[in-house]
Amino acid sequence: MRYSRHAFVAACFLLLALFPLVAGSYGMDFATKIMIYALFALSLELLVGHTGLVCFGQTAFFGIGAFATVLLSSDTAPSSIAWLLPACMAAAAGYALLVGALSLRTRGVYFIMVTLAFAQMAYYVAHDTPLGGGTDGIYLTLKPVLGTLLDLDQARTLYGFTLACLVLVFGGLALLKRSRFGHALAGIRVNEQRMRATGFSTYPYKLAAFTVSGAIAGLAGFLFAVKDGFVNPEMLSWHLSGAVLIMIILGGIGHLRGALVGAFAFALLQELFKSEALFGALAKHWHLGLGLAIIASVVLLPRGLVGLPGQLRARLLGSPQAKEV
Amino acid sequence: MDLAIFLIQCLNALQYGLLLFLVASGLTLIFGIMGVINLAHGSFYMLGAYMAYALAPPVASAFGGGFFATLLVGVLLAVVLGYVLEWAFFSFLYTREHLQQVLMTYGLILVFEELRSLLVGDAVHGVEVPPLLAGSLALGETMRYPVYRLFISGVCLALALAMYLVFSRTRLGMMIRAGSANREMVQSLGVDIKFLYRVVFAAGVAIAVLAGMVAAPVSSVYPGMGDTVLIVCFVVVVIGGIGSIRGALLAALLIGLVDTFGKVLFPQAAGVLVYVLMALILLWNPDGLFKAA
Amino acid sequence: MNATPDSQTAPGNASRPAAGADVLLRGQNITRRWGGLLALNAVNVELTRGSVHAVIGTNGAGKSTLINILSGELAPSAGQVELLGQDVTHWQQPRRARAGLGRSYQRNTIYPSFSVLENCRLAAQAAYQRPWHWWQSAARCPHSGAIAEDVVARSGLGDLRALAAGLLSHGQKRQLEIAMCLATRPQVLLLDEPLAGMGAEETERMLAMLAELKSAHAILLVEHDMDAVFRIADRVTVMVNGSVLACDTPAAIRGNAQVRTAYLGEPE
Repeated sequence: MRYSRHAFVAACFLLLALFPLVAGSYGMDFATKIMIYALFALSLELLVGHTGLVCFGQTAFFGIGAFATVLLSSDTAPSSIAWLLPACMAAAAGYALLVGALSLRTRGVYFIMVTLAFAQMAYYVAHDTPLGGGTDGIYLTLKPVLGTLLDLDQARTLYGFTLACLVLVFGGLALLKRSRFGHALAGIRVNEQRMRATGFSTYPYKLAAFTVSGAIAGLAGFLFAVKDGFVNPEMLSWHLSGAVLIMIILGGIGHLRGALVGAFAFALLQELFKSEALFGALAKHWHLGLGLAIIASVVLLPRGLVGLPGQLRARLLGSPQAKEV
Repeated sequence: MDLAIFLIQCLNALQYGLLLFLVASGLTLIFGIMGVINLAHGSFYMLGAYMAYALAPPVASAFGGGFFATLLVGVLLAVVLGYVLEWAFFSFLYTREHLQQVLMTYGLILVFEELRSLLVGDAVHGVEVPPLLAGSLALGETMRYPVYRLFISGVCLALALAMYLVFSRTRLGMMIRAGSANREMVQSLGVDIKFLYRVVFAAGVAIAVLAGMVAAPVSSVYPGMGDTVLIVCFVVVVIGGIGSIRGALLAALLIGLVDTFGKVLFPQAAGVLVYVLMALILLWNPDGLFKAA
Repeated sequence: MNATPDSQTAPGNASRPAAGADVLLRGQNITRRWGGLLALNAVNVELTRGSVHAVIGTNGAGKSTLINILSGELAPSAGQVELLGQDVTHWQQPRRARAGLGRSYQRNTIYPSFSVLENCRLAAQAAYQRPWHWWQSAARCPHSGAIAEDVVARSGLGDLRALAAGLLSHGQKRQLEIAMCLATRPQVLLLDEPLAGMGAEETERMLAMLAELKSAHAILLVEHDMDAVFRIADRVTVMVNGSVLACDTPAAIRGNAQVRTAYLGEPE
């Protein structure tokens, strides 16, 4: 059972690695976007799927990573990835630390609402103050480089760099999930009271997870800003928080590969519903299709796409579904 | 700031706060009693505003009614909508976890937004203040205050009083309070809990729709208004404590003050002040001002 | 790290705390108000090593409140809690747990989706938390792994170690609950109705386990099963309406006329 999971993930990464050989520039751009979404979704999976903290404000860290990229980049010469990337992740992680410190004092529904509110706060800062460039947004004039080795202005280099980040983060999170820290987080998800009764101070664990998650979202934001060369306050819109939640539930909560599958499925659904060829005049109302798809997927795919084979097998064979421990 | 302007801002703060309370009370009721977090609640507010705009002509031509007739028709439609929506959709959410509720109601927001877009379009509209309430009151020597805004405050206060009376003095209110404390017990006592929930939900929707209708002449009617009011309502609920009507009122008024005076005194930071307030209150007490009764 | 209980000497089954006996947990004057309601009224309780102290009382007598205050989940309105000589009244529950206080719950608080072994290993990890070693596999942790194996074997669940805990029978889950308590190597055990919902055979097994644990720990037992209480307890505290009605040996309690009317329901 384990090996088929590993094989699936390895196959995904292999396909992604080989894709540039056959893809045109549009395809590569689309695939880069999906990989960035996947990174974003992975950050949320750590929080929601693994630790059980339903955060509805993940876009704040993504947006801050993106804005930091543009605001910290120099206009005169390409900035070095070596300091720009960590700085952007640190900015996102810093806000995550702040938001987490306050919102983790709340539970359940409160937590959902508070994280949403703090993300909205970041949105207003970007939207209403000159810091965020207002509704027009800001352009990234010079894309970062790593000496002469990597020039992220090149589409292929950016693609490869994004893929590398995705593989590293995926691997890192996989290690984290099976570490003592990861097991403690899982325990907090399943029964926080028991964890406390056993002697774990749960608040620092949750805060650490929240901050790491924010850093990864910041990384995704950095890559997105570099890819588009442009940021605007809409990147902090709470609808993006909703979108990334949809990605992980569509893919399957509780599995890292769910984030990969979900990001891909979400991007496809978006393209599908936006397609004028299929929907004609309704295409500009693609949110309708998306909304219905979300509702349908929550009802029909309780374990997400990743759990679909198991769900079908149980249906066809009539056997009780074995729980993945 | 001279006295007249100060008074005007206070009245504005009161009006905004009370309107917010009205919408937030529906949200906190639905969560407190049925345990459902409903992201689409802001959409009902938006629907109300668009109804005020879109229903005015047909109501006028059908039975010559004006603003108040439109309000009545809107509220009746809202009750029906709430009833049907609870039966068809929300009743399935009671047993689901918060994440699923969040996502399903988020999907509902998207559906509502697009349906509205298909039926009425995305343009921004104004709604006329009814002639009866179009006057203004003199405040001091040079300032005047629109009567309509006082009307809004009046409606909200009247509804708040009505809610309080229903909860504390009627059998229905008693059953609702009991149902929120112990669902199974109330069911086993023979109370039709499904019907109760449907009534509560329909009432919550109707209140939000009414708030939107009443606010339309002042706030104008635009696509994003549901989102904005939803998130501020969340802040109201967090600050006031979930399930607490009293807390929602206090929090809404507080936010009304901070927002109104913030816009005047610190225009740049106006949007952020409400969240700073929330952060400060969370620092002081994570459960908000009042825990649920 | 907590000292292993095996290394400590076990005083005999004294029915009264002998002079100089180890008082491991002491609750003094514990009072708790909920608005106008007085849930606990100046309750005193002492737990000594090598004894089982049972707390009995009707529903609403305040037993759960007492145990929650002792464990740190609830703050008292007045009074002190002393653990191993330290004043822990203002300590949160995790801190008390790390200091040697174990607690089991009336309703199972096991992790149903984890295996039996992992349940115990995670509990044991509390005493050996190394969250910063995020690349090291938890399953290979020598410290928590060894304790988990030991505790699982001692609780008789050895054959079921790989089974998901949610699939255990009710009695087995209760045993696992106790096993998880033991995995943190506590010195004091607060057990909230461990026999709840158990059949005769499971009750026997649990009582045997408790008798074995008695020698090295101080145990507070909240229970409704009177036969079990009178078999295993060294001292019994009877609570009525938040106050202590009597605190004595089981035999004395049986003979106490006040207790019989108030609790055992016998006519005057």
